[in-house]
Amino acid sequence: MTITVDGAPVTGARGQSIAGVLMADGRRDWRTTSVAARPRGLFCGIGVCFDCIVTVNDLADVRACLRRAQDGDVVTRQHHLLPGADA
Amino acid sequence: MRAPRDGTRHVVVVGAGPAGLSATRAAVQQGARVTLLDASHQTGGQYWRHRDTPTPTPAEQRLQHQWRVHEVLRDLARTHPRVELRTGAQVWAAEQHDDGPRLHVLVGDVDGHGRTHLSLAPHAVVLATGAHDRTLPFPGWDLPGVVTAGAAQALAKGDGVAVGRRVLVAGAGPFLLPVAATLAEVGATVVGVHEASRPAGLVRGWLPRPWRLAASPGKAVELAGYVAGHVRHRIPYRTGEAVVAAHGSDRVQAVTVARIDERWAPVPGSGRRVEVDAVCVSHGFTPRLEVAIALGASISSSRFVAVDGDQATSAENIYAAGELTGIGGVDAALAEGWVAGHVAAGGDRSDRSLRRAVSRRRASADVTSRIEAAHGIRPGWTAWLRDDTLVCRCEEVTVGRLRTAVEVTGSSDPVSVKLTSRAGLGICQGRVCGRVVSELLGSSSPMQARPVVTPVRLGDLAATPPFAAPGVPQAPGAAEPATAPAPAPLGPPGPPHSPDHDHARARAPHSATTERTHP
Repeated sequence: MTITVDGAPVTGARGQSIAGVLMADGRRDWRTTSVAARPRGLFCGIGVCFDCIVTVNDLADVRACLRRAQDGDVVTRQHHLLPGADA
Repeated sequence: MRAPRDGTRHVVVVGAGPAGLSATRAAVQQGARVTLLDASHQTGGQYWRHRDTPTPTPAEQRLQHQWRVHEVLRDLARTHPRVELRTGAQVWAAEQHDDGPRLHVLVGDVDGHGRTHLSLAPHAVVLATGAHDRTLPFPGWDLPGVVTAGAAQALAKGDGVAVGRRVLVAGAGPFLLPVAATLAEVGATVVGVHEASRPAGLVRGWLPRPWRLAASPGKAVELAGYVAGHVRHRIPYRTGEAVVAAHGSDRVQAVTVARIDERWAPVPGSGRRVEVDAVCVSHGFTPRLEVAIALGASISSSRFVAVDGDQATSAENIYAAGELTGIGGVDAALAEGWVAGHVAAGGDRSDRSLRRAVSRRRASADVTSRIEAAHGIRPGWTAWLRDDTLVCRCEEVTVGRLRTAVEVTGSSDPVSVKLTSRAGLGICQGRVCGRVVSELLGSSSPMQARPVVTPVRLGDLAATPPFAAPGVPQAPGAAEPATAPAPAPLGPPGPPHSPDHDHARARAPHSATTERTHP
């Protein structure tokens, strides 16, 4: 099962969550916060904190820890800076 | 009076973990028809979270306990003609009507759009929504690589992935042990487990009345297994210590571990730096109360759903079981689910078939009070906070900003401070920071009833079919799925303004303006 992450192919195992595929690939963050432009990734792992949200197939705010990865999913970093963000 | 056993009584069970699966079996055995809902794509809850493969490998099996129980309960839920199992089913609203409870559910890919609407009007509801980690903030806790202990557990069990190579586990409670054992099983080096409680506190909680612990044999055997695992993997276990800071630029590279006193205040000069690439922190659990509160169930002073001997909540026809009613582990969850499902289906607690469940439940209740006595959060932890430590991760609100909000408004009322500082108004709806914000403000946090219990895309909300007629469950798939691309609740401006979106907003205004304090 292969997904693309910011354009690069990443292979995962069937049944893994998107967070699982990203973590197994050595990635620790896949979102930039809106105010301080800080990196974020997995935190609660069970769908409560919404910290691991990412854009999947052009749809933003998908919880990577709960969403099962499907072959061909296009995952892109969520990078939604507010005006005046620290970056 | 007996309820008919012909499947005309309809029970909805929310949550397919140990409590919900057990409730499903009991309700079916009592003759009811059951709809079992779970937001994830599998049964088992967090306790039995697993790789979605037809047969678990021996390595995967080592991560599980009482797996055979899960298989039996899961197979019943999948195959029994009176059970409808729905995974990927997110309850997003719940209400009490004159004629009974009503649940509104979206079924489909997690956070996808165009999910199917399901509107249910059962005779009774069993809530088994479980709990999630409580993690107290510390400087650097927002760095990638800092996760809850539950996240490490879920990633290992569900994905077969270790959260890091050199991992430190810290916090409070017996849950730290299985997490460390699981991490070692999936190949991580656990550099240490640091339990905040000191030996005196552990003895106070676990030593009195040991014969009663022996009445909860499953838990004792499980704990013994973790201790053996720790010896085998040579994992150091230390008490009276806490992670007081995490360090790194864009991901965690080290933590500071310090000795803490009985009140959990760091002992000055005791900090030492430990190089890690991941840290898992949990200070206990907090129940997932949203649906229970929406249905009007009373919450106890210890912030769990209050239930009687029938597992009945204060709300009519609403039952609760498992971690939602107190942290008692899998044995308690199975026993409580059994009672809840049986009574929700019209059975009586005095029935002979319930004897074993009732006695197990009593034994498990003792575990709950022991955990709180030994590992409960002590107030001195706030001493490790700094002005620039994040409290609300979503809205990026710091301790200093919270303090400024209090100074500016002259009010330390949690609702007022939230509205000024924005702490707790982000996408997690205060689930992570709500209790901490209240504690920092020195007040007990309000119980918020939310018209929308979980973030929902406006497009899905707009596509909600009219509520089903009283007592008539709406057939799944009856509604037109949303076809237009849906803007995310907190995402950037989406597609052009459309009447649909106005409609959605009018029906479910932003949570910031509609939250109210539950009595």
